[in-house]
Amino acid sequence: MKAAIVAIASLAALTALALLAPQWLVFMAMLALAKGVVVLGLLVLMRTGLVSFGQGLYFGIGAYTAALLSHHLHVADAAVMLLAGAAAAGLMAALLGLLLAGYRDIFFAMLSLAFSMILYGVLVKSAALGSTDGFNLHARTFFGVALAPGVERRVFLIAGAVCAVVVALLAHRLLGGHWGRLSTGVRDNELRVAYLGASPYRVVYVNYLIAGAMAGLGGALAALAVGHVDPEMTYWTTSGEFVFIAILGGTQSILAPFVAASIFEALRTIASQYAPNVWQMSLGLAMLAIIMFLPAGLWTLAERRRRSA
Amino acid sequence: MSAVLTAKGLQKSFGAVRAAADISLTFDPGIVVSLIGANGAGKTTFLNMVTGYLRPDSGQILFGERDIVGLSPRRITKLGISRSFQIPQLFNSLSVRENLLVAESIAAMDDPQAAADETLARFELAPYAAQKAGLLPEGIRKLLDVSMALSSRSKLLLLDEPTSGVSADEKFAIMDVVMGAARVAGVTVIFVEHDMDIVARFAGRVVAFYDGSIIADGSPDTVLRAENVRRYVIGEEIPHAAA
Repeated sequence: MKAAIVAIASLAALTALALLAPQWLVFMAMLALAKGVVVLGLLVLMRTGLVSFGQGLYFGIGAYTAALLSHHLHVADAAVMLLAGAAAAGLMAALLGLLLAGYRDIFFAMLSLAFSMILYGVLVKSAALGSTDGFNLHARTFFGVALAPGVERRVFLIAGAVCAVVVALLAHRLLGGHWGRLSTGVRDNELRVAYLGASPYRVVYVNYLIAGAMAGLGGALAALAVGHVDPEMTYWTTSGEFVFIAILGGTQSILAPFVAASIFEALRTIASQYAPNVWQMSLGLAMLAIIMFLPAGLWTLAERRRRSA
Repeated sequence: MSAVLTAKGLQKSFGAVRAAADISLTFDPGIVVSLIGANGAGKTTFLNMVTGYLRPDSGQILFGERDIVGLSPRRITKLGISRSFQIPQLFNSLSVRENLLVAESIAAMDDPQAAADETLARFELAPYAAQKAGLLPEGIRKLLDVSMALSSRSKLLLLDEPTSGVSADEKFAIMDVVMGAARVAGVTVIFVEHDMDIVARFAGRVVAFYDGSIIADGSPDTVLRAENVRRYVIGEEIPHAAA
């Protein structure tokens, strides 16, 4: 019930933003949403105690799938691009997950990083995909409805908002029930999970698959927002950014990734405008402060207020 | 009455240490059996082989009619053998109730919530339901560990030292609760135990291990009085008969 109210309120706020805000803010909001979806997927994975430093792989696959559809197959519908981006990333995760679900801790993190860097290497060397420059994409319709020039982004933001709310509600349901407890169980004690008759491998595999598909959806959203894809999307710094946002927000709430992604985008926009040479340093300082004072992320603040109230 | 569990000629060595030397045992349904023996005698190794954690070098383990050697712990649990651990294996960041909910849901109970509440009541854990498992006193952790093992609706329950790490005055109370719940569930119980008072009180049959072999097997009265058991398991000084 509470989740439904939050969902409707978020949807209304984002729709208002899409219709009324200046273009730059619409663009920023869309990037924040895209990253929020990726980080929410990371949160699902983190429930099992695993951190992937390679979500850029699926972010990139989602983005490139959307762009390839537009550029090479002349599919111009944004909805198709979004679905295809998520599906392509999900397929790849289904494949790599078979291997990765058998690894834990630093081995899992490094292996996930390695796969993302392989894709980066392939993209950089592929002249047909624009090498380091990447290429552009254009979506001209949405569910078959033609988009007037200038309003595409506003429509995409609403579409992104709907995607994000649906995904967030699903994640909320998933993590709030048996699956969430079982995932925590895998994080706490795999031996006990096995001796209760469940498979830790399967739990990790499914969560990895979910995280991959969500990163693909986020990648396709980002590609639509920017109108361009390049290999940077799969680079380890991009993957690191997702982990950064996850830590920034904390893992306590489904909303945290979106709040944190918005703060991250705002911080980056402001920092790169006023301190272009040291913006990364300001992010680093922010991270340091979070880890020292709010080890469970920004959500600690909300929790503290609730407890004192 | 056909046996619940039959071990035939189990052998297991760790390097030069023989943890199981030709162990053959048969367990009838509904009975409570205690495995006793000094540390390293092979009791836990036996439990680990039965639950699939260790694979015997040779020999057969039949659960009912079925050979379970080589199956994973998960498969064996699904077939109906569950276990508790010497060091309780819990989900420390979840509450007691959530621990049980995980167990009941995996066991695919129709109504996990109701099943969890029932288990909480049966194991007298209701007052701790909302507490995090990581913060519980040891005796309660032991009970929770056993209650999770029993929630899988198994036919055979293996308990590895259910009272170790618990203060002497709590031991009997814990065993009363555990054995009461086991009786209600109708499971066969095999438990490893070092406290001979507990063994004498709760076991219907005692199997004594020494150096990977079985040196005595029978009713508590006979086994606990046998001279080699008193010497090698209980550690009594037995005066040598004048030769």
